[in-house]
Amino acid sequence: MHELGVVFKVIEIAEQVADENQVKEISSVTLSVGEVSGIIHDYLYDCWKWAIRKSRYLQQAQLFIETIPAVTYCEACDQTYSTIEHGKICPHCGSDHTYLKQGNEFEIKQIEVFDTGEE
Amino acid sequence: MKNYKIIEVKRSIFEDNDADANLLREELRAKNTCLINLMSSPGAGKTTLLRRTILQLKDEIKIGVMEADIDGDIDAARIIETGVRAIQIHTGGMCHLDADMTRQGLREFGTDDLDLVFLENVGNLVCPAEFDTGATMNVMILSVPEGDDKPLKYPLMFSICRCVIINKCDTLSVFDDFSKEAVEERIHKLNPQADIIFVSAKTGEGFDKWIEWLKTHIID
Repeated sequence: MHELGVVFKVIEIAEQVADENQVKEISSVTLSVGEVSGIIHDYLYDCWKWAIRKSRYLQQAQLFIETIPAVTYCEACDQTYSTIEHGKICPHCGSDHTYLKQGNEFEIKQIEVFDTGEE
Repeated sequence: MKNYKIIEVKRSIFEDNDADANLLREELRAKNTCLINLMSSPGAGKTTLLRRTILQLKDEIKIGVMEADIDGDIDAARIIETGVRAIQIHTGGMCHLDADMTRQGLREFGTDDLDLVFLENVGNLVCPAEFDTGATMNVMILSVPEGDDKPLKYPLMFSICRCVIINKCDTLSVFDDFSKEAVEERIHKLNPQADIIFVSAKTGEGFDKWIEWLKTHIID
């Protein structure tokens, strides 16, 4: 639901990294997004197209999204399972003493820039 | 032809906000200002609850209110009627406030003369739960007409609040499928430490308990 705010933050961080690396043009940004992060990819792409026009270095930048599968850990039987399939209740032992191990991430994995050849 | 180079970033989007929120919390503590982030869905009664709270406490405690909405200034106007200072923050279409927006609001508002500031977040049970505003504590309202199943549907919101106020208890006779026991059980399952207070901001029922809670918790 807050895709636009998140996109602004991604652009801010990407431009900061670009400045640190003396880069003036970013060709793509790759995000790692958890399956249950609540982020809708289509909305993210739409916001991206709109927001990069206002950016300094990302006018042409493409957005790539990698998905991190959601995995829940069961404290009762010490096993893991797919959160999307089974939710809060462990399919192995029926316990609800479970917590999300991974799947709510929202990370910038990497940015790709045009190499000017200077090291 | 241009060559590409990859720069590894590996940075969480929420990291910056979390760090900023912790910093803001420390700044507020140093100034002895308590900031309460009040959240609920639209229409649960945040402004009505604040009005009654202010009228009961304003002679004892110096209170201010920051109203966050997507548009309009009707909420701030309703608070000003009670005789305390209020400011309206527009989120510009955003569904929540983050720590940086809260800081900007506080700076504009000026909190030096205040002991207690309420931040009335955007009416929404989803997004505000994910963004730490830097508030001293989170309090939420669930109103009876919304139903006792909401903790099951919006678990994150219920798990981050120190206090859950169940409002509009004067309508329990109409919404007679709302179970106080079920809602308590569902909230405590997500958040065993949460205090649950049943009130009606319209009639004042249960308000003594809420005011008492507030007085105890703004000191520590």
